[in-house]
Amino acid sequence: MPKVKETEILIVGGGPAGLSAASAAANLGASVLVLERDGKPGGQLIKQTHKFFGSKKQYAGDRGYQIGDLLIEQCRNNPNLEVWTDTTVLGIYEDGVVTAEGQGKHLKITPKKIIVATGASEKMIAFPNNDLPGIYGAGAVQTLMNVHGIVPGKRVLMIGAGNIGLIVSYQLMQAGVEIAAIIEAAPTIGGYLVHASKIRRAGVPILTSHTITEAYGDEGVEGAIICKLDESWQPVLGSEQDLKVDVVCLAVGLSPLTELCFQADCQMKYVPELSGHVPVRSEYLETTRPGLYVAGDVSGVEEASSAMVEGRLAGISAACSLGYGEDIAPKLQAEALAELSELRAGPAGQKTLRGIINLMDKGGVVC
Amino acid sequence: MLNKTGIPTAEDVKKVSPSEDRLKKGPVAIIECFQEIPCNPCTEACKQGAIQPMEDINNLPKLDFDKCNGCGVCLSRCPGLAIFIVDASYSDTEAVVRIPYEYLPVPQVSDKVVGLGRAGEELGVFEVIKVQSGGQKNKTYTLWLVVPNDLAMDLRSIRLGGVRHAN
Repeated sequence: MPKVKETEILIVGGGPAGLSAASAAANLGASVLVLERDGKPGGQLIKQTHKFFGSKKQYAGDRGYQIGDLLIEQCRNNPNLEVWTDTTVLGIYEDGVVTAEGQGKHLKITPKKIIVATGASEKMIAFPNNDLPGIYGAGAVQTLMNVHGIVPGKRVLMIGAGNIGLIVSYQLMQAGVEIAAIIEAAPTIGGYLVHASKIRRAGVPILTSHTITEAYGDEGVEGAIICKLDESWQPVLGSEQDLKVDVVCLAVGLSPLTELCFQADCQMKYVPELSGHVPVRSEYLETTRPGLYVAGDVSGVEEASSAMVEGRLAGISAACSLGYGEDIAPKLQAEALAELSELRAGPAGQKTLRGIINLMDKGGVVC
Repeated sequence: MLNKTGIPTAEDVKKVSPSEDRLKKGPVAIIECFQEIPCNPCTEACKQGAIQPMEDINNLPKLDFDKCNGCGVCLSRCPGLAIFIVDASYSDTEAVVRIPYEYLPVPQVSDKVVGLGRAGEELGVFEVIKVQSGGQKNKTYTLWLVVPNDLAMDLRSIRLGGVRHAN
């Protein structure tokens, strides 16, 4: 391998956004390199066994891992495109050099354009004994079960009734694990109600306005105390319940993985509706650092369907800025933007739309 | 309240239920989809023109009960597992309810299983008369259960962890 790897477009992250960006850019003729930290591309898609929502354009009705396989296949068949797995990007420098660790080496890459599609990481919440063995993040439970075929325990308390909490509960039940309850601090279920209903009718209680006060156990989790919250989110005295569980699974939200954007000196802004600090970017997903684009959860936590469309939009935009597909790029960009507006048009997308308006609004930039 | 418990209320269910007359005429889909989310595979699944195309992908599905022949294609396509088929013409006293199923083990024809309502409450023990595989790609099974007429609009799931036989 040459000392410095040259490529036209470097994509950081091989999840739904990164892979969609890669094939969109490569299809227009750009040379693309995808760097993926994990041993296999696909990101979170490879662990999603449920059927996806959306429309045909976002592969609705297919299961997440099937969509992942499809995206990987599209990339594999493209001669303009390389995917390096087990490779972690370390830094994006002022002179445009990107460094990475992979194949046991310190790698240097000089791309003309960069698309950061690093995704998001799970949030943690504080409660006594939250470091006991048996306390898992929902992503870890999915990795254990759906990548390695191992169930995390026998009886689980799920914290969080967003889509991840609901879906991972369903997957645990499919694996034969009992769900003692799904608790949610907010007064209403945050995830899609069809997910909630299918779990509820299988006999699992979903307790809104409830939180965990502590986990207990000697060697590992033996149980957890939960309690009700009043209208001002304060514990209701005497409402404690003791649940005998050997796993507490946390599905309490995601934060955009923006370290590289901070380090690359993109202007950042804290936008609660997008789940944290996100880079300020144009409609075509270019950040304030020219030539650096973002796509997927790193630009605001949302669904995989919109991450794929954002990836496509960033890929087209980056390729077009290098002179590829200038004739068809505007049409493709308009199509992607229309799909995004469609996905976000309903009540479920209002939060994201508010977040994007807030993000585009001048002021409040932190660095 | 559905958004606090996950259990559709009687009013919710009423909104998506066909008339008694229509139920008596034969199999019909009940689309228990009560929240506007970006999702439309049911509209593409329906070859009878009964589930109308959506203007906005976030719209709730609209089903024309008279055009629906209860074929069940939408049931196996719905990503939310929110569609059921009810056939109240099965016999004078009994109806067939078809439910989507994605757990193991998959019951076999003539097994007796514990039927559950929308809150997971036990409704009794019922016979499985047909099991349809969704195929290699789709993977969702459709279970056909025979229930007394008055439970046709209530039974929506079965007890997990295998089949519990009647004593």
